Amino acid sequence: MSKQTKPLGEDDLHAYVDGRLDAVRRAEVEVWLLSNPSAAARVAAYRQQNDMMQALFNPVLNEPLPLQMYPQARRRSFMQPLRYAAMVGGMVLSGLIGWSLHGAEKNKQPPMLAMVRQAALAHAVYTPEMQHPVEVGKEQEQHLVKWLSKRLGSTVKPPHLGSVGYELMGGRLLPGNQGPAAQFMYQDARGLRLTLYLSNKPADKGEAAFRYAQEGKIGVFYWIDDGMSYALSGEMEKPDLLRVANAVYQELNH
Amino acid sequence: MESMNAIITEQIPRLRRYARALTGDRASADDLVQDTLERAWGKLHLWRRGSDMRAWMFSIMHNTFINHIRKNQLVTVSMDDDALEVPTRATQEDFLEMRDLASAIGKLPYEYREVVLLIGLEQMSYEEAAQVLAIPMGTVMSRLSRGRDRLRALMAGESTPALRSVK
Repeated sequence: MSKQTKPLGEDDLHAYVDGRLDAVRRAEVEVWLLSNPSAAARVAAYRQQNDMMQALFNPVLNEPLPLQMYPQARRRSFMQPLRYAAMVGGMVLSGLIGWSLHGAEKNKQPPMLAMVRQAALAHAVYTPEMQHPVEVGKEQEQHLVKWLSKRLGSTVKPPHLGSVGYELMGGRLLPGNQGPAAQFMYQDARGLRLTLYLSNKPADKGEAAFRYAQEGKIGVFYWIDDGMSYALSGEMEKPDLLRVANAVYQELNH
Repeated sequence: MESMNAIITEQIPRLRRYARALTGDRASADDLVQDTLERAWGKLHLWRRGSDMRAWMFSIMHNTFINHIRKNQLVTVSMDDDALEVPTRATQEDFLEMRDLASAIGKLPYEYREVVLLIGLEQMSYEEAAQVLAIPMGTVMSRLSRGRDRLRALMAGESTPALRSVK
């Protein structure tokens, strides 16, 4: 099939496939295709390509967004996670005096770090516990939800993390820096435990970033969402913990 | 800033869909999207309010994609070197593989792949695709035509026209 024999251009065929022709031109193409079976076959094939592409990739549109793609997470990258890690390390060494000495820096310091330390501490204290890892077990989940919600003054529900291989063990009430806090504990099939620490008094309501800190062997992802601060702690690689943090976030925003 | 967050976030699912088709795998696609978002945030002051955010984001993704290819973060075929990449004698297994649309798309030179996907998958007009890729309309049309033809041949398990003429 050579170009000269075509009353209509190649571009018209594509515009026809893509529905970009006006009614007159479309009718002309349709008439022409009747007497040009090989072109008609190409048109059919191109249309099928479009349909198959849509069928294959449209489901991506409905996939939940990875947490790091949210704008709240974006600011994190500008803040250099390494600086945070260094600050957390420094803090542990110099103790609280360090905080007050950094007068000028103080406003820039993540105000949630105190909460993160509480969360990491609670993780370190309760996860090795064999007898009493939790105060109220998962078999009393309803009671747990009711009790913690009442004490924290807003609805507190443990996210279900079965999709990433973690089962809820239960939870407990803890003293936080600014009132009561809650801890939920999870365990995977190998017995690896992680904890989600919640407090409904975020130290800084303006910060909605999703961040990472390391306290010794314990990694902590922490964020604020809807007036509640969260810290997910676990002794595992950062990407693995991030995967769980993602699932927590998705579950909570379900 | 909140409204800008929303305007950008709104584009992410489409960027992910396009990136998935473009790179063929989830990890590379999300890397591409992530880098695109970082760039978009860095260049947000250059975006003219009221102009087409989708076209703007997709053109940033196009540049990011080209960068990833240059830095060898992505292995892909270009129009210039694809003759070397196409197997001269496809085995039965290759035929089966080629019938798979995703793998056929992956075998397209990326210049064709972009045009075919922006128009077929993203349903952009030819003008929009030209704008996103910063190429003339005529080039969009010729890449679309070659891309679709090549894709058809790959799906049918044929050798490429270029190679047929060599034989």
